[in-house]
Amino acid sequence: MTDATIQASLQTGAEEKLPQAIARSYWRTVGRRLRYDYVTLFFILAIALIALAAIFAPLVAPFDPNKTSMLYRLKPMGYKGFLLGTDELGRDMLSRLIYGGRMSLMMGLAPVVLATSIGGMLGVVAGFAGGWVNMLIMRTMDVFYAFPSVLLAVAISGTMGGGVANGLVALTLVFIPPLCRVSEAATTQIRSRDFVEAARASGASTLSIIFYHILRNVLAPVFIYASSLISVSILLAAGLSFLGLGVEPPTADWGLMLSTLRQSIYVQPLICALPGVAIFIASLSFNLVSDGLRQAMDIRA
Amino acid sequence: MWLYAARRILLAIPIALGVTVICFGLVYLAPGDPVQTLLPPDATQADVAYLKQVYGFDKPIPIQYLKWLSRAATGDLGTSIQTNRPVLTEVTRALSHTLIVSVGAVIVAFPLAFMLGTLAAFYVGRAPDRLATGISVIGVSVPNYWLGIVLIIVFAVQLRVLPATGMGPEGSDSFDVTRWAQLKYAILPVITTATVPLGIIMRSTRAAVAEILTQDFIQTLHAKGLGRIAVLRHAVRNALPQVLAVMGLQFGYLVGGSILIETIFTWPGTGFLMSKAILTRDIPLLQGAMLILALCFVAINLAVDLLQTTIDPRIKRG
Repeated sequence: MTDATIQASLQTGAEEKLPQAIARSYWRTVGRRLRYDYVTLFFILAIALIALAAIFAPLVAPFDPNKTSMLYRLKPMGYKGFLLGTDELGRDMLSRLIYGGRMSLMMGLAPVVLATSIGGMLGVVAGFAGGWVNMLIMRTMDVFYAFPSVLLAVAISGTMGGGVANGLVALTLVFIPPLCRVSEAATTQIRSRDFVEAARASGASTLSIIFYHILRNVLAPVFIYASSLISVSILLAAGLSFLGLGVEPPTADWGLMLSTLRQSIYVQPLICALPGVAIFIASLSFNLVSDGLRQAMDIRA
Repeated sequence: MWLYAARRILLAIPIALGVTVICFGLVYLAPGDPVQTLLPPDATQADVAYLKQVYGFDKPIPIQYLKWLSRAATGDLGTSIQTNRPVLTEVTRALSHTLIVSVGAVIVAFPLAFMLGTLAAFYVGRAPDRLATGISVIGVSVPNYWLGIVLIIVFAVQLRVLPATGMGPEGSDSFDVTRWAQLKYAILPVITTATVPLGIIMRSTRAAVAEILTQDFIQTLHAKGLGRIAVLRHAVRNALPQVLAVMGLQFGYLVGGSILIETIFTWPGTGFLMSKAILTRDIPLLQGAMLILALCFVAINLAVDLLQTTIDPRIKRG
């Protein structure tokens, strides 16, 4: 390498460094903000722990979650190796709570993911097409808005009958309208921006405008909104199980455990409150992480 | 403004119609033949024939809907399979009990949430703000059906100061909120119900007031020499319509989403009625309850919207 090229590369290097120092990329800014947000980091860790425990439940759980024992019914915490006691059929609470995390996380995430893809897509279509298509889609959503979410979820899964699949359908239906609204609002806003106009003027096809320009900008607000629905979904799904509409026994599920243990509050009040604590921690974690992400990503939706 | 009000009322009509379509469609979601769904399992052939003829189940679905709608409009929502009483009387009776709890929760939660939210906005980023924000996050994250159980454990099982469930030995229809012997049955349900709206309203009050405190006219007020409290009063007044909208929505949720809490406290309201209807697969009752609750929700939202227009002179919609 000659002196001249070194000089040149140094120069260009210096030139490149300057603007970089001023304008960091969006995602690096987000990452930087998150790194100093200890509350959010802590709850991300909490979610990761719950998820890992749920995924590797067979390895983590000390006992078989479905093994009943008439001798060890409703024993207190720490009784003969049952760290968190036993339930009304003598099953180990800790193991059931770990296995129950599988169902709760699944019911927290799956309806939101499904509703995000369906509702988000509908919103983009409505926002981009405008006119009567928008009218049709958004007014239909307005009708679903006329039901409180608990009422709609309960009524749908109540008529269809219990079970995980029906609960999943009910929750997805509940979450589609709000997500559709958020994505429609974002799409309408972005559609009229200059860069979309420029893309169209330069001959981009409608599909490529949607995929390259609209979707990328709509994704962030929709993602943040969806993340705030996860905790709602966990609470609602556990609520459905609590009413006997979600998971069927003997599957371990926090809502169902809370419901069956309710009969035993006079015998072992502390044990009976445990599944609710699990639901609370999971829902709180998702709520706070969603808030932290919203702040880090600087989105107001 | 009158024009806006009229338009807003007209816009609520298609929504209400849409609600009836969904409630009507509910019967078709149930597995099996709708006629069987609407009748008790031991119904006679004559019952089946009568229902088919009255509801027109042999006709195309749009006609069935119109028949159902015209009957519903006259107050005929069918008969409960379980109790054999008209659905409408069952639901309206239960609704009055639900309203005791939801209005109670409004009285407990709304002013408190508004005050705490304003306080948080006033001290944004400082200790009172952190505290209020913390309470609000806990309020929206706590499963209130679990909180109900915990409250029963603490106050009814351990301390024995409040009754655990029900509406008292004197029955639900003579419930008198002015008498402590009866009122005490409502305390735990009200507190449990109040948590979620408390969190949500506190959060939106904080956001609304804090947003207004950053606006230019607040600077002007400060420059004019107004005290901090007086400035805050201006900010609160400006935030009020926005907060009111959230409050209205929350009240609607309380009335319509009472099922879990009423199930825990065996409080004989609409939610408890629905959970019984689900257990016994009493679809006409479930359908009727859903229809009436959803229509209440639409009406509450409409009322709040109109109220908002009257108190906020900035809104010149129409």
